[in-house]
Amino acid sequence: MFHVKQNNFDVIVVGGGHAGAEAAHAASRVGARVGLITHTLATVGVMSCNPAIGGLGKGHLVREIDALDGIMGIAADFSGIQFRLLNRGKGPAVQGPRAQADRKVYKNSIQTELLKRESITVIEGEVLDLIIRKESVCGVRLSGGEDVLAGAVILTTGTFLRGVMHVGSTQTPGGRVGDRPSVKLAERIDSFGLPLGRLKTGTPPRLSSMSINWSVLESQSGDECPSLFSFLSKSPPLRQVNCGLTHTNGQTHDIIRKNLDKSSMYGGFIDSSGPRYCPSIEDKVVRFSDKSSHQVFLEPEGLNDDTVYPNGISTSLPLDVQEQYVTSILGLESAVILQPGYAIEYDYVDPRALRHSLELKDVQGLYLAGQINGTTGYEEAAAQGLVAGLNAGLSVLDKGEVSFRRSESYIGVMIDDLVTRGVEEPYRMFTSRAEFRLSLRADNADQRLTPLGIEIGCVSEVRKEVFHKKIDELVKTRTILKGHKLTPQEANLCGVKVNKDGKRRSILELLAFPNVTTKNFFEIVPDLRDVGLEITQQMERDATYMNYLDRQKRDVEVLQRDEGVRIPEKFDYVGISGLSNELSEKLIKTRPEDLGQASRIDGITPAALTLILANIKSRRAS
Amino acid sequence: MDTIYALATATGVAGVAIIRVSGPAASVSCKAITGLKPNSKKPRVSKIVNSSGQLIDRGLVLWFDEGKSFTGEATAEYQVHGSSAVVKALLEELSLQPEHRQAGPGEFTRRALENGQLDLTQIEGLADLLNSETEVQRQQAIRVFEGSIGQRVEVWRKNLIRAAALIEVTIDFSDEDIPEGLNGEVANLLTQLISDIEGEIKTVRLAERLKGGFEVAIVGSPNVGKSTLLNALAGRDAAITSSLAGTTRDVIEVKMDLEGIPVTFLDTAGLRESDDEIETLGISLTKKRANRADIRVFLGEKLEPRYEIDQKKQDIIVSGKADLTGVGVSGLTGFGIQELVDNISGKLKNMVSSIGVATHDRHRRAMQDAVLALKTALSELKDGSARSEIIAEELRQSVSFLEKMVGKVGVEILLDEIFASFCLGK
Repeated sequence: MFHVKQNNFDVIVVGGGHAGAEAAHAASRVGARVGLITHTLATVGVMSCNPAIGGLGKGHLVREIDALDGIMGIAADFSGIQFRLLNRGKGPAVQGPRAQADRKVYKNSIQTELLKRESITVIEGEVLDLIIRKESVCGVRLSGGEDVLAGAVILTTGTFLRGVMHVGSTQTPGGRVGDRPSVKLAERIDSFGLPLGRLKTGTPPRLSSMSINWSVLESQSGDECPSLFSFLSKSPPLRQVNCGLTHTNGQTHDIIRKNLDKSSMYGGFIDSSGPRYCPSIEDKVVRFSDKSSHQVFLEPEGLNDDTVYPNGISTSLPLDVQEQYVTSILGLESAVILQPGYAIEYDYVDPRALRHSLELKDVQGLYLAGQINGTTGYEEAAAQGLVAGLNAGLSVLDKGEVSFRRSESYIGVMIDDLVTRGVEEPYRMFTSRAEFRLSLRADNADQRLTPLGIEIGCVSEVRKEVFHKKIDELVKTRTILKGHKLTPQEANLCGVKVNKDGKRRSILELLAFPNVTTKNFFEIVPDLRDVGLEITQQMERDATYMNYLDRQKRDVEVLQRDEGVRIPEKFDYVGISGLSNELSEKLIKTRPEDLGQASRIDGITPAALTLILANIKSRRAS
Repeated sequence: MDTIYALATATGVAGVAIIRVSGPAASVSCKAITGLKPNSKKPRVSKIVNSSGQLIDRGLVLWFDEGKSFTGEATAEYQVHGSSAVVKALLEELSLQPEHRQAGPGEFTRRALENGQLDLTQIEGLADLLNSETEVQRQQAIRVFEGSIGQRVEVWRKNLIRAAALIEVTIDFSDEDIPEGLNGEVANLLTQLISDIEGEIKTVRLAERLKGGFEVAIVGSPNVGKSTLLNALAGRDAAITSSLAGTTRDVIEVKMDLEGIPVTFLDTAGLRESDDEIETLGISLTKKRANRADIRVFLGEKLEPRYEIDQKKQDIIVSGKADLTGVGVSGLTGFGIQELVDNISGKLKNMVSSIGVATHDRHRRAMQDAVLALKTALSELKDGSARSEIIAEELRQSVSFLEKMVGKVGVEILLDEIFASFCLGK
């Protein structure tokens, strides 16, 4: 058992979900001693919603977490029972790896990764309160009365802030089935006067696999050649399985329509906003009434687990109605519900109160990560955990700060969206949120971020070695591809249809032509045969977007110029004459850290930016 | 931000001169020189005094609240007597006011743009309006100033965003139930957009012509009465006429207002083989100018091909010495001139009526860039390419070109170009 002493840790992480686990691990990687406080060790790393990791945008996030030596990718590869690369038929920039995971194995591998690190101590307990000295958070008080002290605290309490679960008209306080809500902690957060909002999300009923008639259902298998998350993984260790696919029908919709008034959402029991992209089945039936059927994926929750997650029918209808509509679906006629679906409402902190480091602007030493910031999804949570963990660790150890740019990572896009625009519905990552999408690919996440990781010291020796070896190979291969220049005639002999304009083109340029791969040039450059598939694919992908990347580079330069102009933390917007009340209110809400961020706030005019710039300059001068 | 002031009316003696003061401290100076509190409801006649209390003039004081003025800032306007001395004294007094300074060229307009009161095309429309001399020029300029381009771009932008959304949904939600045939809708949207924008591009040249004046070249063999015709049109002796062939060497221009349309008539050297060095130069200049003109009036008969002046659909062939032959026109007697003028202005009116909303070469370039991106996107789409992300990127570029046209994106870069070419500090 852990004994409370005076100065216990560098960083305390409250909560052991995906944000908490990643935060604790990240802080420990930069050298901090970490205390991870959770209600019970057994729930650390638990997947409380669907048993899958990755997807579009989300898969990119996992690759980026991995590039910085985080644990989500490794755990997902280790526990994956079905891997699919989404958008395989589209260009490489929008392909996203996704995996079904065995929930138990996933949770265990997260716990193993955490326990492996000597500098992480897991404490079972309930945090009642934060300890504050000299306007800075320096520890937490546990329900047993003990104080745990540290240089920084990261809150990753998910939906636990005033969480209320709804099944029909029944309401139970709690953040997840079987867990207690943290009311006292919520009151402490209130005392900071932070802007709070309320969101909701839902889950479907879980079904017993044995009660499903799989024989009548379509099944969906994984990729023959799985795309894994971690740059260090080679192949999935677990047996691979199929998912089932079924559809709702007219009868299902009738049942739902007839019972709408019993739904928490439609019966008027919930009025907070839920995600538009992840509607409940009630929503689908009402909003898209012209559709006679909706897809339902039946996802096994593990190899040795009877539980099935029916993806697509989340609900807050009462249990008896859930049973009725579930059994109206093909293959689910005698399905047994192991755990009813429910909706959950919870408080979140308006993320505009945060800096890009995820530290609160007004409460020094307190970092927030995950659902508490209004996001949804394991990957989004883990990525924020990583950012908060790295920054809290670096800051306590006096090693500065690390920031992620929109132009360099999906992590950067997400953090910037959150702290600049805030959220109105649970925030989920999409590839379309990234304006530099063509350069932010899942396959080059390591080249974008691992050097940064090495610089701040969060990357292991093993990964460093793998990375440097890959870079050496890339450089070598690029030199070969650039060095060989072919006449149009030679190119045509290699199967590349080029205009006979007499211009010599390098192989790298020729790779940009449709349907051309390095294989086309094996005859004339036999050395290419020895280059690994990962390397040649990367070359081909770089070539695909070559023209666009140059253009984006120019956009990035413009962006960086504005980002270079820092706005002082206590900048007085009210004192600027000529700035309208409306705009100064918006600016005060976000308190942008630089001019680039200010320009992305909705409604900000060039005049306002000019005013801010002029004020910064005149202050510097005086 | 400084408060800026300037004389808004022309300099010199006039009945009334208007001085405009715009910016956060405009209310301070208003109180100081008139003793009045700003009131947007009531225009008031007031004493206007300097800091030692001496009367400068008595004038009408107008107040515009923030958000309701030309610049979008709090603005005062002083209508005083149009004397250089009064204006000078008032400007001097304003220069002593806190945070006040003289406006730079185009600065009021620049603030209107930066505060979102006007978009970039409206500012161009305003410049054209100030410069307009004829009725049709005024009509075109006021249409642009009223925001017709912004409205058109907004429609395009909406359709583009719809197309982009359809593409994005196939990218970010590809593992969900997405209806078939979205690409077909995208292709239709893009095809329509390309044709709309190209239609606009085509008429920008005519719109530019309308601003600078259309050109009508009078061409023909030597001594057919070209210069006489020009003089008759001008109502004065603009060109020297004589019975000697080859009298006109240079191209002579006469500007006219034909039913509201600005037209420059060009009298040119008569076309023939000549040994005279100067005449040869004149003939070669004639060829160049005649080919560039909007309409060519061939006096006499059709020219031989060796003179390299192409006859186009809108051109006119008419006999030049009606005083001798009784047909065609005669500059000497005025016979047939009205018919000729009616004919020309009818043709010009046709051209003017086809002009779309875009009026500047800058618009044309932005639209061409946008169309190029759309065409790339469409051809990717039609090739059945699965590279939706490339299509999406091209659509994003296209939107950004169109937004640049109305000044929504990259404004800072554009501003220098725009304000360098305008002097709107009135």
